[in-house]
Amino acid sequence: MGEHIVTSFGEELEGVDRLIREMGDLAGTMVADATRALLSSDNPLAQRVVSDDAIMDAKQRELDDRAITLIARRQPMAQDLRAVIGAIRMAGDLERIGDLAKNIAKRVGAVGQTTTPKSLSQSIESMAEMVHAQASGIVDRYVARDAAALKSLRAGDEKIDIKYTAIFRELLTYMMEDPRNITACTHLLFCAKNLERIGDHATNIAENAYYVMTGEQLPINRPKLDETAVSSAASEA
Amino acid sequence: MNMLTEAGVEQQLADQGNTPAIKMRGKGVTVHYGDKQALFGVDLDVPEKQVTALIGPSGCGKSTFLRCLNRMNDTIPICRVGGDITLDGEDIYDPKIDVVELRARVGMVFQKPNPFPKSIYENIAYGPRIHGLTKNKAELDAVVESSLRKAALWDEVKDRLQEPGTGLSGGQQQRLCIARAIAVSPEVILMDEPCSALDPIATAKVEELIDELRQNYTIVIVTHSMQQAARVSQRTAMFHLGYLVEEGATDKMFTNPDDKRTQDYITGRFG
Repeated sequence: MGEHIVTSFGEELEGVDRLIREMGDLAGTMVADATRALLSSDNPLAQRVVSDDAIMDAKQRELDDRAITLIARRQPMAQDLRAVIGAIRMAGDLERIGDLAKNIAKRVGAVGQTTTPKSLSQSIESMAEMVHAQASGIVDRYVARDAAALKSLRAGDEKIDIKYTAIFRELLTYMMEDPRNITACTHLLFCAKNLERIGDHATNIAENAYYVMTGEQLPINRPKLDETAVSSAASEA
Repeated sequence: MNMLTEAGVEQQLADQGNTPAIKMRGKGVTVHYGDKQALFGVDLDVPEKQVTALIGPSGCGKSTFLRCLNRMNDTIPICRVGGDITLDGEDIYDPKIDVVELRARVGMVFQKPNPFPKSIYENIAYGPRIHGLTKNKAELDAVVESSLRKAALWDEVKDRLQEPGTGLSGGQQQRLCIARAIAVSPEVILMDEPCSALDPIATAKVEELIDELRQNYTIVIVTHSMQQAARVSQRTAMFHLGYLVEEGATDKMFTNPDDKRTQDYITGRFG
């Protein structure tokens, strides 16, 4: 892509892009830290995730300001317009990822009292790795403007959904085995759900990024495999 | 979600069914100014009762093409026009065509408002009178009023119809020129950068007017303002160095154009 005739216009667009990159990096760190804090009962690390979320919020506000000013000042067209609108939406998803990571971090204290069964923490750890790889992979591919890779990464969310379903079942088993596990397991269930939601936001980012790059929307129906809603409804019935 | 998609598809099918008729059609249009070729085989359809915007950098041939549509280029001695241009399927360069009548059917509004140095009333009445469109003063009065009303100028000038048209503000003058074009009941109105000499408020009024005129007239507008083209038109044609680069629905042209030259031009990049 050629350069803008008005150099400062190009710089403003780059500034917005740079913020997305920073928010993407921060989101990745927050997700990794929150999970590490959860699995190792590391309260100071959990605290850092909570304070990182304030930075994330500030960055989103800055991005909003810059994007709005850019639209008012430059009236961007075509791929520039898509990039600015896409950035606003991606920043919204990244900010939500930050919130969800913070929510996991806030549960560290509550879960910390009881020991988590080994196999369960392994499950959550591997789910967190999947989510982390998904989220940072998507932002990296956006930064590299690699639309084809985004399309396939988007499909990766399906695996996270399957993993979440498995963890859900595992947690139910522990709770049934020993009611004293219920408090900790409920917190862990929320953590797993948060990780699953982070995966969904990452998917949104992939879809937005793909649109920014190509001007085309990916098809709406991506396979959805969170079966917990179905299975819990079935067990109630 | 599937419901939405199906509705969307149905809407698209309905839109396709409502494809408007082609009012004017250019086929392989070439223009030479002396030895210099300004247009190279342009094929462009102008759909009826829609606004078609012609965009492109200066010297790309968009105004030249516009001026072919009512044979305005005939007034330039060294200018030669080739290819076919039809109005309702009729060749407008056929020797049997009466050019004066053609220009009544295909009216024009220019970049700078150019009212006649006469009263507001006479500016409008002149055309209908020389074309013999009215039988008496009462009918002429009615045409003047309805033309000024259609150009959204009536309320501003109804009490001073005998004052000179040149005494109006720039924006009012341009709407007076649009009223003058409308007065002879044209089918197509050509506009060559009609807002480039106007302030934002006057521009907004003219754009509002274009939107209303679309109900009854086919409009072709040349503009250097991307935002204006995006706002007022349904179709956009991009010209570059005498060639038609790309033509399509305006919504697509300004969000996701196919041609790199269009992208570079509308986003303000080096071509």
